[in-house]
Amino acid sequence: MIEALALPFMRRALEAGLLVGAVASYLGVFVVQRGLGFFGDGLAHAAFGGVALGILLGAEPLWVAIPFTLAAALMIVWVRDRTALKYDTAIGVSFAVSMALGIIFLSLRQEYSRDALTYLFGSILAVTPADLWITRALAAASLCMLPLWGRWAYATVDPELARADRLPTRRDDYILAAAIAITVVIAVKVVGMVLVAAFLVIPPAAARLLTRRFATMTLLSVVIGAISVLAGLILSYQCDLPSGPTIILVQAAFFAAGVTFRR
Amino acid sequence: MTANAISVRDVEVRLGGATVLSDISFDIRESSFVAIIGPNGAGKSTLLKALLGLVDTSRGTITIDGIAPRDIPAAWAGYVPQVKALDRDFPALAIELVATGPHARWPWRLGAEARAHALEALELAGAKHIADRPAGRLSGGELQRVYLARAFSREPKFILLDEPAAGLDVAGEADMYHIIESYQRKHRATVMMITHDWDGARIHASDVLLLNRTNIGFGPPDTVLNDQTLLQVFGHKGHTHPKTEGTRHD
Ligand SMILES: Nc1ncnc2c1ncn2[C@@H]1O[C@H](COP(=O)(O)OP(=O)(O)OP(=O)(O)O)[C@@H](O)[C@H]1O
Ligand SMILES: [Mg+2]
Repeated sequence: MIEALALPFMRRALEAGLLVGAVASYLGVFVVQRGLGFFGDGLAHAAFGGVALGILLGAEPLWVAIPFTLAAALMIVWVRDRTALKYDTAIGVSFAVSMALGIIFLSLRQEYSRDALTYLFGSILAVTPADLWITRALAAASLCMLPLWGRWAYATVDPELARADRLPTRRDDYILAAAIAITVVIAVKVVGMVLVAAFLVIPPAAARLLTRRFATMTLLSVVIGAISVLAGLILSYQCDLPSGPTIILVQAAFFAAGVTFRR
Repeated sequence: MTANAISVRDVEVRLGGATVLSDISFDIRESSFVAIIGPNGAGKSTLLKALLGLVDTSRGTITIDGIAPRDIPAAWAGYVPQVKALDRDFPALAIELVATGPHARWPWRLGAEARAHALEALELAGAKHIADRPAGRLSGGELQRVYLARAFSREPKFILLDEPAAGLDVAGEADMYHIIESYQRKHRATVMMITHDWDGARIHASDVLLLNRTNIGFGPPDTVLNDQTLLQVFGHKGHTHPKTEGTRHD
């Protein structure tokens, strides 16, 4: 593994993986506690639609997928906000529409696209320097949002009390959704659309099982998320396995430990 | 000083296209204890939410110490909602929930001072022993005590309680009146409390607001809670039970 780190693409893979793993595990504690597990999946499908559009336009897929997914996320929150529909329903609609659009976009482009497969299953070793910069920007933005933790947590525990205390819960819902959307798109590059939701759900779920305090859960989740990426990458390199699925299996091992040693 | 702490003028509230409250007007003097009474669906909870700025009024004005509800500092109001939006799966300790009272944020960690303050409030509410229990696993009455502790711990000028006795045992209910009254003496706070307990209102409240989608009466308990108004609102004059009336089993 040490000699592997001499390779620039391995270093990029490690850094991008660690950053996106940590950010996803951080945001994931809110995803899990707000019962939004399905949100990650829905946005992954939106990301697929965006990637397909990017491929069709001949643009860098990520640059198209980010605004596309962001729009889907904000629309989901907006529909939930303005109608009596629950998140799940709004997500279900956006899920199907994005997928339908994605398939149509891909069919419009006559030739077979290898790129689309990369996004479907991810390929952390294909992280470009540009991808890495986007990931760093995401991590920096997440650091800037750390002060919102107390507000987001409060609004998660009891939204009515938070509103009575004048917290801008509606605006915060949009901010959180936007952050999750961008994280999902970037994570899609690393683990692939099919598995990306795990990044948002498994580390926080494992952490939830191991503690009775939300602050501890948050810390544990980030630690589990980061360690899983590190261990997963090493394992995948040593055993010559695909990196995304290996990372997820390491997360799953933490989850199993959580179920076994739950408090 | 008998300034009006809360002033409500010709207020109307519409929810989902229906008029829930109309023609509501009353003035509450500082440090009074107002019981809000009315049948289910009368709009009692809605009125409290309007006072908190949680629902908008479609007509009329509400001022609290001269300020519109949405503009009053959150720390002025200690609110115990009727229906708790609490997420029972959230990893929260009871004491952390109490600490959101003074801080209006979820605590990352509780410092010694914050912890002592929260424990004091929990003790007042008779819930000190459950401070470190997961909030999601508390019984209904225990949770109600935690919410009461939370409301008082921020030392509000206005206490807005939506059926605070719901779920409390007999001792808990007596404790609750005791807490409210001793807090009120100390801080000269103004209390509004929704209750279905007419007797409690007669004994403890300085004023009663009788509500049934509109304002039926406002004033001292003895004048408002008379046979005629109660008949008008509830179609029923008292709440003595059939057994004690002794007519059922004859
Ligand atoms: N969001 C809403 N949309 C439409 N109608 C609503 C909404 N919220 C409440 N209502 C209606 O407003 C009326 C008053 O409700 P409210 O909760 O204020 O009653 P209440 O006096 O507190 O009753 P209870 O004693 O049962 O607690 C009810 O008929 C209710 O159906
Ligand atoms: Mg009510």
